[in-house]
Amino acid sequence: MSVSQVTPVIEAPESLTQEYQVIGTRPIRPDGTDKVTGRAQYGADVRLTGLLYGKILRSPHAHARIKAIDISRALAYPGVKAVITSAELPQPSGKVTDLGEGAMINPRFMSNNCMAKDKVLYKGHAVAAVAAASWHVAEEAIALIEVDYEVLPAVMTAQEAMRPDAPILHERLMSLENPNIRPGGLREEDDPGKGSNIANHFVFEVGDVAQGFREAEVIVEREFHTAAVHQGYIEPHSATALWNADGSLIIWCSSQGHFAIREQTARTLGLPVSKVKVIPMEIGGGFGAKTLIYLEPVAALLSKKTGRPVKLAMNRTEVFQGTGPTSGTHTRVKIGAKKDGRITAADATLIYEAGAFPGSPVNPGSQCMLAPYDIPNARVEGYDIVVNRPKSAAYRAPGAPAAAFASESVIDELAEKLGMDPLEFRLLNGAKEGTRRVTGLRLPRIGYLETLEAAKAHPHYSTPLEGANRGRGVATGYWHNNTGPASATVSVNPDGTVILVEGSVDIGGSRAAAAMHVAEVLGLAYDEVKPMIGDTESVGFTSQTGGSSATFKTGWACYEAATDVKRQMIERAAKIWEVDAADVEYERGVLTYTKNPELRMAFKDLARRLNATGGPIVGRANVAPRGAGPGFAVHIVDVEVDPDTGKTQILRYTALQDAGKAIHPSYVEGQIQGGAVQGIGWALNEEYVFNDKGEMLNSSFLDYRMPTSLDLPMIDTVIVEVPNPGHPFGLRGVGEVSIVPPMAAIANAIYRATGVRMRQLPMSPAKVVEALSGQPGN
Amino acid sequence: MATVYIPEPLQPLSRGETQVTIEATTVRQIIARLEALYPGMEDALVEDGDLKPHIAVAVDGEVSILGVVEPVRADSEVHFIPALGGGSMAR
Repeated sequence: MSVSQVTPVIEAPESLTQEYQVIGTRPIRPDGTDKVTGRAQYGADVRLTGLLYGKILRSPHAHARIKAIDISRALAYPGVKAVITSAELPQPSGKVTDLGEGAMINPRFMSNNCMAKDKVLYKGHAVAAVAAASWHVAEEAIALIEVDYEVLPAVMTAQEAMRPDAPILHERLMSLENPNIRPGGLREEDDPGKGSNIANHFVFEVGDVAQGFREAEVIVEREFHTAAVHQGYIEPHSATALWNADGSLIIWCSSQGHFAIREQTARTLGLPVSKVKVIPMEIGGGFGAKTLIYLEPVAALLSKKTGRPVKLAMNRTEVFQGTGPTSGTHTRVKIGAKKDGRITAADATLIYEAGAFPGSPVNPGSQCMLAPYDIPNARVEGYDIVVNRPKSAAYRAPGAPAAAFASESVIDELAEKLGMDPLEFRLLNGAKEGTRRVTGLRLPRIGYLETLEAAKAHPHYSTPLEGANRGRGVATGYWHNNTGPASATVSVNPDGTVILVEGSVDIGGSRAAAAMHVAEVLGLAYDEVKPMIGDTESVGFTSQTGGSSATFKTGWACYEAATDVKRQMIERAAKIWEVDAADVEYERGVLTYTKNPELRMAFKDLARRLNATGGPIVGRANVAPRGAGPGFAVHIVDVEVDPDTGKTQILRYTALQDAGKAIHPSYVEGQIQGGAVQGIGWALNEEYVFNDKGEMLNSSFLDYRMPTSLDLPMIDTVIVEVPNPGHPFGLRGVGEVSIVPPMAAIANAIYRATGVRMRQLPMSPAKVVEALSGQPGN
Repeated sequence: MATVYIPEPLQPLSRGETQVTIEATTVRQIIARLEALYPGMEDALVEDGDLKPHIAVAVDGEVSILGVVEPVRADSEVHFIPALGGGSMAR
């Protein structure tokens, strides 16, 4: 049996004991040439014979009932091949379901987000779709679809939505009270009661919070608000579908997990997953948001109706208005400490706007918020609220950045009141192995204190910051890092190279990291491993590239698959030499008979002889590993605030992060820099701006201001390596935690530059000027 | 024996007990033992043989992706917590 066991267990990470040949080096990425020469195929690059082009009609209203849709004029328009509405989509169950991805999905909501059923719930909500001979014809045709709306009052904020007299988005929504145990508020169709916009409410608590605050000698309690922001990936969503005559469906799209797209599309269309094949295209950024379907079932149904392949692609405005940003949030945090600096208690309430359907990241935000600290008495309460905005989607460490903006600002203020250095205060209270979090779970081996020490010792922290209106801030962040099922195969070529097929979509260099795992195990050079990402019928199930899980879980699978190759190569050498396999060693690509070391054979020599000595060798692994060690980050930032314009300039930025073991340090640094930059944009500029009708006013990159290289200094990075005992090479996920500290770090720096604490994001020039002038609103 | 933490909303079933020690090698065995001690627990936690979709189990500090088949050691800590996601309809 060549398949590795589920949940592999190791005694000690090799990172603690071994020097590596490939791990820790910086080879060029295997997909680099295609990407810089324009040959790489992204989602919208698919071109098929007979291809039709689709366009979606979107709601002009934030909240309205659909009374009737007349598609007759559009259907009659020359060049139009098909028009669909939600009437063509099966309406799956509204019961929460685990699609095997770890996150819970409500199939009805998922379907209704792809195409509105009875009501539109945000401006930009899909209402109908056209397939035509060209983009232009499709665009002209959707303008001919007549929709009769009954416009309803829109609810744009959580505060409005939680009022007893608020308009209700989903009349039969079940409010989940403490969803760990039982769904509450079950509403049947004949239930005459009024619904709720509170989709979820839960509490985590450890210790005795009231007693903890009685023991506290200094207490800080503040409220914070953050605006919804978009992930801002360069590549808009697209999907091409071909519904074959035999009832099978092929989808080409870029996503963060083609198996997840398969599951979601199949569930939405009422198909078995075996009828759906998803081919992953290269992805131009996702940051969590390309984990959901939007266009796939629509393209599929248009293809089914026309018998031809159909491509749908969003423009930037559709991306802003029709796909998920992260939540707007409202948070209250109270933390108390003794005069010696020991934190005694914390209490927080997090209210996150989920958008039109339930499922904001308030749960991970609540779990992450206090995790950097050892707090004996803590309580965190979370609310998930539906509002008439696009359904929120995951965004890099979902929920944690907004939570950390609040908690790390209060921590900074508390340290100041205690007269303590902010890093020393964190070191005194920092979480370590065995610390019990607010969820009750204990932390495994982590590197938070080591990362804090590295920050304290960094020249940035000790270099005097001179000049008027300048300030330095620090903040820290936690992300738990996910895992999941993953699969890989390694096939040996006759020339001694190997083909690696794995199932993780490559967003941040995971393909190179996967190849490095194989090269390290087999003692091959990096470029002797050719990695590729298999489609849903070419590789075993692999969960999404999300939660900073890809390099961890797929790395595990690659490690195991390469180990399987190694084992088979040993057996084959033993067969050729007619010796016992137990007496054959494999060391750095060379097989040796231990009882006669002169009997040696290189990997390449044996590879050439495989077909004549028993056939090809293919190593395989399917894993579901535990042990994704949590990640911590510490950021230091210097800012200068113009008191006249309110503009905040980032002068210097240093981001330190525990990577466990950096498999490819350049890609780790890139992840750290990317997260920091997105956090800077979130802190200073980005926000969804709506008018009183719920219309987004800045749905283009001209008006939605993301930072560019011209706005920023070099983001300096420091990789701290505290090996994760849960991985053979000691790695931790690195993709997300870097976006957690920036907002609080910058707010703390602005405070030291101006004397004003900002508690609302973005800290845009107008908001800073307003705060400096002492006006209300901040 | 593994230490199982009873979340607050289930404590009425456990007559106020906040934690209990149980001899088991999997989460499924823990739930069966909880049901024997405190009838109603299994119904609260399990649906169609698996954990209810809105419930996750954490063993030794880590949320399990294996659910009821997750192995448990003699000194393990087991917590039942909310799963990610949310929002349901009556049907």
